[in-house]
Amino acid sequence: MSHPVGPNAEGLRRDALIERLALFSLTGPALLLVTVTMLLPVGWLFWLSFLNDAGAFSLEHYHRMLVQPSYGRAFRMTFEISFITTAICIVLGYPLAYVLSQLPRRAANICMIAVMLPFWTSLLVRTYAWLVLLQRQGVINSWGMKLGLWDTPLALVHNLNGTLIGMVHIMLPFLVLPVYASMRAIDKDYLKAAANLGASPTRAFWLVFLPLSLPGLLAGSLMVFILCLGFYVTPAVLGGGKITMVANRIATDIELFFNWGAASSLGVVLFILTGIILYVASRIVRLDRLLGGGGA
Amino acid sequence: MARDAALPITVRQLTKSYGTLRVLDAVDVDVQRGEFLTLLGPSGSGKTTLLMMLAGFVRPDCGSIRFGDREVIRLEPHKRDVGMVFQNYALFPHMDVAANIAFPLKLRGVSKAETAQRVEQALELVKLGGYGARRIDQLSGGQRQRIALARAIVFEPRILLMDEPLSALDKQLREHMQIELRQLHERLGMTTVYVTHDQREALTMSDRIAVIDQGRIRQIDTPKVIYERPSNRFVAEFIGESTFVTVDVRAGECTFQGIPLALASQPARDGSHHLMIRPERLTILEDATPAGVNVLPATVTAAIYQGDSVLVQASLPGGTMVSVRTIASGRMPSIGEHLRVGLKASETYLLPADESAA
Amino acid sequence: MSWLSRPATDTHITHGRRLWLYVLAGLILLFLMLPTLIVIPMSFSESQYLEFPPREWSLRWYRNYFNSTAWMQATVTSFKAGFLTMIVATLFGTMAAYGLHAARLRFSGLILGILLTPIIVPVILVGIGIFYVYVKIKLVNSLIGLVLAHTMLAIPIVMMVVSSALKSFDMNQERVARSLGASRIRAFFLVTLPQIRFSVISGAVLAFLTSFDEVIVSLFVSGGANSTLTRNMFNALRDQIDPTIAAISTLVVLLTSMLLAISQFLGNDQHR
Repeated sequence: MSHPVGPNAEGLRRDALIERLALFSLTGPALLLVTVTMLLPVGWLFWLSFLNDAGAFSLEHYHRMLVQPSYGRAFRMTFEISFITTAICIVLGYPLAYVLSQLPRRAANICMIAVMLPFWTSLLVRTYAWLVLLQRQGVINSWGMKLGLWDTPLALVHNLNGTLIGMVHIMLPFLVLPVYASMRAIDKDYLKAAANLGASPTRAFWLVFLPLSLPGLLAGSLMVFILCLGFYVTPAVLGGGKITMVANRIATDIELFFNWGAASSLGVVLFILTGIILYVASRIVRLDRLLGGGGA
Repeated sequence: MARDAALPITVRQLTKSYGTLRVLDAVDVDVQRGEFLTLLGPSGSGKTTLLMMLAGFVRPDCGSIRFGDREVIRLEPHKRDVGMVFQNYALFPHMDVAANIAFPLKLRGVSKAETAQRVEQALELVKLGGYGARRIDQLSGGQRQRIALARAIVFEPRILLMDEPLSALDKQLREHMQIELRQLHERLGMTTVYVTHDQREALTMSDRIAVIDQGRIRQIDTPKVIYERPSNRFVAEFIGESTFVTVDVRAGECTFQGIPLALASQPARDGSHHLMIRPERLTILEDATPAGVNVLPATVTAAIYQGDSVLVQASLPGGTMVSVRTIASGRMPSIGEHLRVGLKASETYLLPADESAA
Repeated sequence: MSWLSRPATDTHITHGRRLWLYVLAGLILLFLMLPTLIVIPMSFSESQYLEFPPREWSLRWYRNYFNSTAWMQATVTSFKAGFLTMIVATLFGTMAAYGLHAARLRFSGLILGILLTPIIVPVILVGIGIFYVYVKIKLVNSLIGLVLAHTMLAIPIVMMVVSSALKSFDMNQERVARSLGASRIRAFFLVTLPQIRFSVISGAVLAFLTSFDEVIVSLFVSGGANSTLTRNMFNALRDQIDPTIAAISTLVVLLTSMLLAISQFLGNDQHR
């Protein structure tokens, strides 16, 4: 763009620049902090993942990931658990959001407390609560046996079951919130129009309501899946050492073996996979919707 | 507030582009001391941009804006001392009416006693005395409009800017407020720049109107001149209804499809011209032809009853369609009927064909 | 029951035919609430073993918690970190949200992207990365290091809350304030901030909770005298199920509910 010439053009251009710089500088502190505590460390890990023990460039950490079956298992388990958790969240979350969206606003807001309270309750507290509920002498087993539902304690925790229950419980609000929001935004006239055009209630739901709520559902599911990939606390506590997701493997590599290269390369691969999923998904759903779903 | 405290505004070569789009193209405007000038144009014409530049919210690429003798183009908005009324009023919902109006006074360090007095005066001025303790959400649209105005004038700015302040009101209230705003302006004598896309509003309120299109001022003059003697076809068609028919001028004689026409003034040169025809300037002639009236034969294509008037659409020789507005009490012409349409010689207005291009 | 036969929607499905759906929704809500709530009665049990309902009531585990230097120290650390994070993250996050909103810079999208990355990057990666850097610059086990890391995690949350408030705020209000004689900064404090204050407070509460509840980064970079409550709880959970944690959990749930209630209350107050 050529610079305009005319009275005051120079001064006005300078003023515009100064204003832009001033507003930009407001983002400075946040940007600096995120750079120092996030971009720099993660970048450093990226670098480390390409160095061998002697400090020379090498792909040995990535190579080991391919040959050592335990790494492959961690990745497979991570994706399996994330997938199952997301699926259960959809099955439970969609009907719940649907019912909430049909309620009068006041009633829905009260029910929303039940969704929001766990959302903001410490993850550790909830994980602990599940441990208490699910363990061998826990509430569920002792009540189940007292009522004669089963005779020997069920293995509900320190395994895959416990991990899944805990993760679904933590992730469910992340699905319900965006789905609920997108359902609330659906104009009821569409359904009236569908009925008017001859659709049965069931068909109106499948043909009109479901497609309109789909963006929210996709955004929510994506959020759940991506957050699941990075889970650490729940599998560590409720998995009882049997469940090793990638994040747990990373922590073990650091805590037990001080193997920065191995841990970094795992983290880098996890991060890149997350990025790819996000990128592919961003072609389908708008990402700002996803971020509007809340953070944790 | 005395008229001599008002400041004239001088705008020179004001230019703004977004990328390749010229929003304002070297605009020159002079607003006289105490004048009510309206910027009128279609949406996207640049009229609001020009107003925002006067207020300091949009930074031009280059140009000069002077309030009196003072160059203000690089001055920040809060140092310009102009009152501004926004389209949506932008009243502060977290303050009551009195606090809204006191806001500019508080910023200027006016004492509490004087503030209270001036707030009440301003409320009286907009006919809302005693409303100080109301909350903003308790006010109707018209009341909000008045409070916004009171807030904009309470600190006695020497220039008042208004951006379509009446567009959110219903028609009746809008017409009432037009008159009230006009009266207020006569009393206060502030130099006022007013933006609207409503031509009737512009004609009703303004000392002068600047018609803007595509970032350029097409004509700036009094409402009467703008309406009766538009300097180009864009202005003629934007303000009021008008149709143009091509007429031929040769050796001082003007003819339309071979019919000789008497004109109010002789055109300066020969050649093709456009004759401006406004529906309310045409009459339907019954029998006798009064002196000084041009007669055109026409065929009725539609007659529409509009309550206070009847709008007749008719085709002239050569096929040009014109509209004639007549009083409703007259006879309703029927479709296909042949009529004689009269146009007073004193009310004819010609645009040279080459200048009239929009 | 006439309610059952009344139409539930505009498409004339009755409540009766949807009863299964309501029951299902109720059960799911129960599933969401129950674990958080069941810890409360259990924390008042006399028994070592967590049973429900408790056979004998006592405040034993609360005494245990309040009399333990380690737990107390960790609690103080968590509160300190929470408060400092809240202050810094709210300040930085609000500034950044306003800057991006007002400026409409060409790189706004990029800057926003960078500031929101902490939501997307797996926390474990951030945790070990920060640990690695902190070891080099000797910030491990320091309160400052912990607060900086938590602030980084909280900034995106503050930004999202404040940005959405700014989106629905009418910037003409700020313009009008400036035309009436307020500088840009004064206009922000006199007109904009009072109207988005509820969101700023919500952002602050969420920033506090983000820090207070954070586990993974704390696990790596806090320690010694500056161990956080979550770090100690996590380690205790891995060893054995200590009912003291039920007492702590109850207190944490109480604190969280209180904070959310306060921010909710302020919100209603504003919208009244």
